Amino acid sequence: MANNKVGQQTLKLNSHPKIIATASIVGPKEGEGPLKEYFDMVLQDDYFGEKSWEKAESKILRETVKLAVQKAGLTPEDIHYMLGGDLLNQIISASFAARELKIPFFGLYGACSTMAESLTLGSILIDGQYADYVVAVTSSHFSSAERQFRFPLEHGNQRPPTSQWTVTGSGAMVVASGGEGPCVTYVTPGRVIDLGIKDANNMGAAMAPAAAHTIVAHFRDTGFLQRDYDVIATGDLGKIGKDITQEMVLKEGYDISLVYTDCGIEVFSDDQDVNSGGSGCGCSAVVTCGYFYDRLVKGEIKRMLLVATGALLSPTSSQQGESIPGIAHAVTIESMSKGR
Amino acid sequence: MDNQMKQQYNDYVKQKQPQPALVKNLLWAFVVGGLICDVGQFVINASVSFGFNKEEASTIGVVVMIFLGAFLTGLGVYDQIGKRAGAGSIVPITGFANSIVSPAMEFKREGYVFGVAAKMFVLAGPVLVYGIATSVIIGIIYGIFS
Repeated sequence: MANNKVGQQTLKLNSHPKIIATASIVGPKEGEGPLKEYFDMVLQDDYFGEKSWEKAESKILRETVKLAVQKAGLTPEDIHYMLGGDLLNQIISASFAARELKIPFFGLYGACSTMAESLTLGSILIDGQYADYVVAVTSSHFSSAERQFRFPLEHGNQRPPTSQWTVTGSGAMVVASGGEGPCVTYVTPGRVIDLGIKDANNMGAAMAPAAAHTIVAHFRDTGFLQRDYDVIATGDLGKIGKDITQEMVLKEGYDISLVYTDCGIEVFSDDQDVNSGGSGCGCSAVVTCGYFYDRLVKGEIKRMLLVATGALLSPTSSQQGESIPGIAHAVTIESMSKGR
Repeated sequence: MDNQMKQQYNDYVKQKQPQPALVKNLLWAFVVGGLICDVGQFVINASVSFGFNKEEASTIGVVVMIFLGAFLTGLGVYDQIGKRAGAGSIVPITGFANSIVSPAMEFKREGYVFGVAAKMFVLAGPVLVYGIATSVIIGIIYGIFS
C-alpha cells in the first residue's frame, strides 16, 4: 500500500529527512552577483585548473560534494548513496565525479530540475530507511553548455531578450535520517508538459506550464496555500517564465504573487547582461544550497517550496523540429526552528 | 483540442516576450557593418594606389579582412562586437572568418582531426555548400546562354 502518498502525485515524508549540510561552488560571474556572500567558494577562473570545461565542471561537482560532506562532519565513505546529474551528454560531470568519490551512484537526468529530483529521491531513500546519509548534487557550466547546446563561445552571434545565461556552479546537499537541519516534508514529482514552444532561446516559456502544473498539483494534494509558505522558488524560468507561471497558477485559483520568486532572477543582477535571467542545473542548486539554505537555518524562512524546472530538449530534437517538453519537481523544505 | 491549446499558448507567449530593441539593433548593425566595409574599401584603395590592378586589390582586401576577422576572434573581441552588431558583423566576410575560427578554437581539446578539422566548418559548411552549388548552377546557365 502506498500509505505515504498524498493525493494525485505528492509524497509525505513522515520521518522528515534532514538536510544536515549543503555546499555551493560558483564561477566568477555568479561570484559577482547579488548572492555572492552565500556561496562557499567563488572560482577565479572557470577552467578551475583543468584543460577543458567539461573536466572543470566535473571537478566543480566533485569538490562541492567533498565540501558538503566535510561540512556535515563526515567523509565520503560515510555516504551511502550519491544521486546526481548534469546537462552534459551522458551526464559525464556527475558520473566522472562519482568515479573519484567512490560513493554508490544513481545518475539522474532531469535537465535543470535535477536538484529537486535528486533531493526528492534521496529523501525517499532516507524516509524508506534504505540509507542514513545520501548526497544530492547537480552542476552546470556556462561554457560546456554553450558548446553542447548553442554556438562556440567566440562566435559573434546576438542573444535575443528571451535568452538566459547558464549558471556555472554546483550545489550539493547531505540528507540524513538524523541530526540537525532543515527537513524535507513533502515532495511532488512533476509531469512532463509540452505546450509546443520550439524556441530554444525561450526556455522559460517552455518550462512555465510544467512549473505551474506542479505547483497547482502540490496545492491540491497537500491543501497548502500561499500563506503556508514563506518562499516559493522556481528553478530557472527567468523573468518571462516567472511571469507566465504566476498567471497560469492564478488562473487555476491560486495566488502566489506574495511569496513567489525564481532562482534565475535571484542569482544575477540586471546589469550583468543575462537577458531573462540565469538557467542551468546549477542555478536552482547554488541558490538553494547557498542562499535559501542559509535563511532556512537561521529561521528567516520557515517553510519553502523549491520547484526546480527542466527543459527536456536535446540539440538533435531541436534540429528535428520537436517542441520543448518541460518538467518541474517540487520539494517542501521546512526550517526546524520553532515558531511557525 | 490539444493543438488549439498549444496555438493559444504560443500566441500568449508571443505577446508576453519582450521584443528586441529594433532601432538600436539596426543602428548598431548599420554602423558596425558600414565600418567593416569602410576598412575593406580602404585596404582596396590603398592597394590600388600602391600600383596593384583592381582585381589584385580586391583579392588583397579579402585576404586582409579574413585575417582581421580571424585575428579579432582569436583575441576574443569579435563575439563582443557581434553581441551588439548582429548581422552587421555576421554578414561581412569577417563574420565568415569568425564562424570558421570560433569552432576551430573551441574544439581544439577534441584533437586536431576530430576536433579542429572536423568541427571547423560546422557553421560555415552550409554557406560553402549552398554558395558553391549556386555558383555551379549559375555557371551552367551562363554557359548555355552565352
